[in-house]
Amino acid sequence: MNKMSIILNGLIKENPTFVLLLGMCPTLGTTSSAENGMGMGLATTFVLICSNVVIALIKNFIPDKIRIPAFIVVIAAFVTILEMCMKAYVPALYASLGLFIPLIVVNCIVLGRAESFAAKHNAFDSMLDGIGIGLGFTGALTLLGAIRELLGTGKIFSATIFPEEYGSLIFVLAPGAFIALGYLILIVNKLKTK
Amino acid sequence: MITYISIFITAIFVNNIVLAQFLGICPFLGVSKKVNTAVGMGAAVTFVMTIATIVTYLLQKYLLDTTGLQFMQTIVFILVIAALVQMVEIILKKVSPPLYQALGVFLPLITTNCTILGVAILVIQKEYNLMESVVFAISTAIGFTLAMVLFAGIREQLSTTNVPKAMQGIPIALIVAGLLAMAFMGFSGIKIG
Amino acid sequence: MAKTESTFLNMLVVLTVITLIAGAALGYVYSITKNPIAEAEKKQQIEAIQMVAPEFDNSPIEDKYSLKIGADSLEATIFPAKKAGENVGAAVETITKKGFGGEIKIMVGFNADGSIRNYKVLKHAETPGLGSKMDDWFRTDKNHQSILGKNPATDHLTVSKDGGSVDAITAATISSRAFLDAIQTAYNAYMNRTDAQSGASPKAHTK
Repeated sequence: MNKMSIILNGLIKENPTFVLLLGMCPTLGTTSSAENGMGMGLATTFVLICSNVVIALIKNFIPDKIRIPAFIVVIAAFVTILEMCMKAYVPALYASLGLFIPLIVVNCIVLGRAESFAAKHNAFDSMLDGIGIGLGFTGALTLLGAIRELLGTGKIFSATIFPEEYGSLIFVLAPGAFIALGYLILIVNKLKTK
Repeated sequence: MITYISIFITAIFVNNIVLAQFLGICPFLGVSKKVNTAVGMGAAVTFVMTIATIVTYLLQKYLLDTTGLQFMQTIVFILVIAALVQMVEIILKKVSPPLYQALGVFLPLITTNCTILGVAILVIQKEYNLMESVVFAISTAIGFTLAMVLFAGIREQLSTTNVPKAMQGIPIALIVAGLLAMAFMGFSGIKIG
Repeated sequence: MAKTESTFLNMLVVLTVITLIAGAALGYVYSITKNPIAEAEKKQQIEAIQMVAPEFDNSPIEDKYSLKIGADSLEATIFPAKKAGENVGAAVETITKKGFGGEIKIMVGFNADGSIRNYKVLKHAETPGLGSKMDDWFRTDKNHQSILGKNPATDHLTVSKDGGSVDAITAATISSRAFLDAIQTAYNAYMNRTDAQSGASPKAHTK
């Protein structure tokens, strides 16, 4: 497969959020601002790339029946490494993402890619797939975060676009997350059918 | 006693795991087309969550904390949960084949249902004692089931209505979930004890 | 290369080896990030103290002490600020469990006379966009929002709904109440200290 097309595949054709509809929990839970969405996306990208590479390298040693638990251990190890590094070097971001960092372990995207891509391809291609899917996820989260932040508080990346009083707070709260994502997927669906 | 009631009400209504905390969205969207399956999924989650919370809590207190291996938390917890789900699957297959038929596809998914791991980590973070943890796990699972069943009820109705083509499926489901979340916000402010 | 067979022994060995390697890797990362994590936490604490406490030349962290406050025996840690040996005030770190989303942890700075100099919210789980506004709300000089310069002993620091003199955050009365409750706890902790040292104000006893 063409190397570039692997990355583009994850970014657009198999965009985890808008097309595959995976990893909905962090998508909704961490996008109250563009910055948080992007932080979560990049954190997931890191885990995706590392676990994809390692799983592609060791896949032949793993008996089929314990494939899933073995993958989960690898993913959990990288998540914990990420968690400790974030605590040490970006404590503010870690505090705002909270519980969702350890929960990357159970993000269906990471296990899904390990199972459907890394278990069948070599390490380099798996890395590219991790980059593509990861960036596709990051892009989607940043977009959703930016929309919610703008509509809710009148800011994007904390830069004021219009006064906060005109924002509709509901978009920062839980219901706004569902509704904003619903409309985003609606737009994607509409574009796809054209 | 009042603490338990407070945990119970808060976990079900005020801080509903799905509609306010965004955990367990995958099964929430995936298994909620029929009320029956929603109830079954809810029951399976309740069962697994309660046992998983007890086991992980004891492991944390008597193994990880005493040996200073807290950084192994994520790995240990997820392995325990994966093993438990396997066990439930085997038991269910023997005891209730119809239910197994209905939930078969989704049982393995419970492993990657973030509510289970989420609750296991939350009770440690909130520094609950064992009894509080159990109450918290059960009430969270009831909250999960409640949200699922309500949502499935709405979706059953929705399937007979004429929804614009691009909106069918996930988009309308998400918007309905948004409205449901709005309704649950009405519970916010309830404080007991 | 041939795929490893799914025999029981193979499965056991592979899974054990993977877990052991993962555990070893984690142990290694833990050992190298342990100090930076502790330092990051300490730095955060120092920055918060510098922000809220009056100017000092001692080391408040070394002089700190803890008290249990009130019926719930909430822990309060007091970081005394001294300049040239004189007490000029303190930063007090304390929590309240009455928040809407659970615990709220704040650091409040007091001048020597007990008036509030500044505050910083260290940790909260309040609703974003509502209760989370407490970060800046109570120091914004608008209507009766600000609590800076007020003295909990003489000014009635509860929300106006409860007959106090502070405007609650719009649509977040519970968070506001919890915040002011934490301020009161911090003040009580601070006053117990001056009691012990100077036997001062009877007002502090009634609190």
